[in-house]
Amino acid sequence: MSTGDNPDTTGRIKSALRVIPNFPKPGIMFQDITTLLLDPKAFKDTIDLFVERYKHQHISVIAGIEARGFIFGPPIALAIGAKFVPLRKPKKLPGEVISEKYILEYGSDCLEMHVGAVESGDRALIVDDLIATGGTLCAAMNLLERAGAEVVECACVIEVPELKGRERLRSHGKPLYVLVESQFEPSS
Amino acid sequence: MAATNSDHIQTDAAVKDVRISRISSSIRVIPDFPKPGIMFQDITTMLLDPVAFKDTIDLFVERYREKNISVVAGVEARGFIFGPPIALALGAKFVPIRKPNKLPGEVISEEYSLEYGTDIMEMHVGAVQKGERVLVIDDLIATGGTLVAAIKLLERVGADVVECACVIELADLKGRDRLGDKPLFVLVSSTC
Repeated sequence: MSTGDNPDTTGRIKSALRVIPNFPKPGIMFQDITTLLLDPKAFKDTIDLFVERYKHQHISVIAGIEARGFIFGPPIALAIGAKFVPLRKPKKLPGEVISEKYILEYGSDCLEMHVGAVESGDRALIVDDLIATGGTLCAAMNLLERAGAEVVECACVIEVPELKGRERLRSHGKPLYVLVESQFEPSS
Repeated sequence: MAATNSDHIQTDAAVKDVRISRISSSIRVIPDFPKPGIMFQDITTMLLDPVAFKDTIDLFVERYREKNISVVAGVEARGFIFGPPIALALGAKFVPIRKPNKLPGEVISEEYSLEYGTDIMEMHVGAVQKGERVLVIDDLIATGGTLVAAIKLLERVGADVVECACVIELADLKGRDRLGDKPLFVLVSSTC
């Protein structure tokens, strides 16, 4: 199954999210997970759903994308006994890094990972709060594969299906697991 | 590096020391980052040691479990790594404290001083209610400026900041003093 299994649990998670219109710019319906974090049961259920899925998959690395991936990745890593590796914007990580550039709607950005964090043979899960176009997740995948890891799956709380991130990951041969889908356009 | 805290912890002292020494050894020091003369305390290597990371969280949870904490506030971005696991274990809310223009909803802002200039920390309106008991988390306390800004945000909405907790303290920078009457708990104190 590609989405969370229990409809009551995922229903509570979805209702705990907040949509903020016109952030960061007009026309965007921003999916705010901070309200989920204010509901301890819903937050715990979110983590438990991911842990249930991955605990028997021999995952050795959870890579979390700055900054909201830092909220969901570590609890999963702790529960399954995996390493947690932060993937960060440029110049934040203090040690030697490898960098991966990716394209934005206007311009480009860069994601970095510490050299030595991940080893050949590591089985990795990439975590972020939301997948939109999939650009950041693809950059993350590239970083992990360049370091010799196998990316088993990408996991997000929310998917915005209209932005086709799932298809973009599929074209790289990577599956996506999400708990909830959200609308992109305001309902009429 | 020595472990230090100012209160009795209800854990067997010998077991706690073994955990602290593993945590301390797992932290990497990077010289001259972000600029010459700074010895940067890198916790990312601790996150690569699942035992040390788990022990870090457990030490905080053991301290706060009986203290009726209803909110864990984590300072962006490394406070987001330690705060949520503690919040989950305590059954508390997690509230991110962020740099400007990151939080999408209505915010309150607090300006604080840097070595050169100022910066701003923000928190969502409505995240914390008056009277809530709050723990503030970051990976490290240096001068204490960021933590003081976080405390002010929380107090402005009427919360009771019970304690600030960090993995590492840079003791020479005297952040502890800057916190004034707010207690500070750290696992590792560094005088690098």
